[in-house]
Amino acid sequence: MTDRLLEVRNLKKYFPVRSGVLQRISGYVKAVDGVSFSVRKGETLGLVGESGCGKSTTGRAILRLIPATAGEVLFEGRDLLALHGEPLRTARRSFQMVFQDPFASLDPRMTVSQIVGEPLSAHGMTVSERERNDRVAVMLEEVGLDLSCLHRYAFEFSGGQRQRIGIARALILNPSLVVADEPVSALDVSIQAQVINLLADLRERLSLTYLFVAHDLSVVKHISDRVAVMYLGKIVEIASKNDLFSDPLHPYTQALLSAAPVPIPGAKKQRTILRGDVPSPLNPPSGCNFHPRCPRAMPQCAERVPEPRERRAGHTVACHLYD
Amino acid sequence: MGRMLRAFYGRKIALLGLFVIVLLVLSAVFAPLLVTFDPIEMNPAEKLASPNGKHWMGTDNFGRDIFSRVVYGARTSLVGSAGVVLFSLVLGVLIGVSSGYFKRVEPYLMRLIDVLMAFPSLLMALVLVSILGRGMVNVIIAVGITYLTRTTRIVYGLTLKLREEPYIEAAVSSGVKQRWIILRHILPNMMSPIIVQATFTFAFSLLDMASLDFLGLGIPPSVPSWGNMLSEGRMYLTRAPWLLLFPGACIVLTVLSFNLAGDVLRDQLDPHFRRDIEGV
Repeated sequence: MTDRLLEVRNLKKYFPVRSGVLQRISGYVKAVDGVSFSVRKGETLGLVGESGCGKSTTGRAILRLIPATAGEVLFEGRDLLALHGEPLRTARRSFQMVFQDPFASLDPRMTVSQIVGEPLSAHGMTVSERERNDRVAVMLEEVGLDLSCLHRYAFEFSGGQRQRIGIARALILNPSLVVADEPVSALDVSIQAQVINLLADLRERLSLTYLFVAHDLSVVKHISDRVAVMYLGKIVEIASKNDLFSDPLHPYTQALLSAAPVPIPGAKKQRTILRGDVPSPLNPPSGCNFHPRCPRAMPQCAERVPEPRERRAGHTVACHLYD
Repeated sequence: MGRMLRAFYGRKIALLGLFVIVLLVLSAVFAPLLVTFDPIEMNPAEKLASPNGKHWMGTDNFGRDIFSRVVYGARTSLVGSAGVVLFSLVLGVLIGVSSGYFKRVEPYLMRLIDVLMAFPSLLMALVLVSILGRGMVNVIIAVGITYLTRTTRIVYGLTLKLREEPYIEAAVSSGVKQRWIILRHILPNMMSPIIVQATFTFAFSLLDMASLDFLGLGIPPSVPSWGNMLSEGRMYLTRAPWLLLFPGACIVLTVLSFNLAGDVLRDQLDPHFRRDIEGV
């Protein structure tokens, strides 16, 4: 299929755990354990899951910010995991990242024009200082910052403004794919909507494709076209936004959605309360990762790992209930 | 810069330190204009004269003017300490950043530093000077190696911390070249602790070089230096204490001044301290 911008196949990221005096590898944390999905050109795929489920690690491994253990990441038909050194560096201009922490992700010793202009210089895309400043100025306007910001330091700005600077830095190279790693979770609620709307706006204007990592369901529902739900290093369900929110198939997705607050005071709703904690990814359960907490677990769930299958059109779920 | 001066102004004793440093640097630079006698000219007729109108700090056992020798000694000491700072900083940053940023070279470089660190500093300086011979450059290298190990350790630790910063990850993901990441992100962000380390290196290396001079293993005795003056004057401690008093006082004052100034720099360059002081 040609309209697939990004295709991730069986991506794995295992972190070795070392112990003892000799620092021998005693096990692996399977942060991402065989994740597959694809993102079409122009769409936004939301990647949700609770803390520690591996969603940020997935985003970082795709962008080659951490080395993946196994799998394939096809971006415009090229396997990113096979790229190294200079080819990888030059390829980076087509895929950029918006980071979670707007405070730590901007160099405190640099001015806004240096931060936003740096990717341009890195890829030799501007000839003169003036040309660079012009492009930075245009980009700042795109993200809703005014030009008086150019020569100020990042620490002089509020969280929301800083995140706009981070977005400007990510978009100045005119990338086709943007991985947004919880871009609003560090912001005040009042600012979150502004930044989300800015991202949605820019997607239309600059025809961007987003992989949107978040734990906040309402944020994901607002911006995504399709949503993938992760649990303990695996994707349990992928569907279009409407299908997923109106008709979740996987018991984990059902529990997750029922836990989201409803903005109607006093509204009665059926809640599925999950028992216990998320198991350690160091020693995941046998069979389906979710079976110890699943309200509808069956004997076979402890034995066989459920394969993700397309149960309805465009609705893939990994669960034995639908076998 | 203005804020820095205000901070010094708020701490009078540090301001005094800064004043002494400026005075020392000026006298080192303009030594030939300041002195009243040739610092190595001997005058046996006036040997061991106590401080008087002609010889403000008296004369030594060869009749040389102590004031002139102290002024020229400032030159020797400041050049020596500056040399040690430069040597330890340049090599320390080079080794520390390479080890911290490129994991492959770390085992070799840092183990070498660990080995150097295991020797008592003065002992190592003695051995090195014995091998290399006396002379300013050799003394700088001998003393510098001790401070090199400390600077390297600090820089290595800072690099390890900085390379995990999200803004470094952001630069990597923007496709910034490694050498630019080091030059434009890592180095500028470790400037403050390095500057502070430099001021303390300056103070303590001055003391170390004076010790080497005193032991007769530093600058050749023909060159006036505070350490050499102490070494030559110690025989006359009871008969002519001014031989020791003036160069000794200069060493104490200089080291103290650099330490005081270093303290203010540390407080000012560390944003956490700064907030506490300004009460923001």
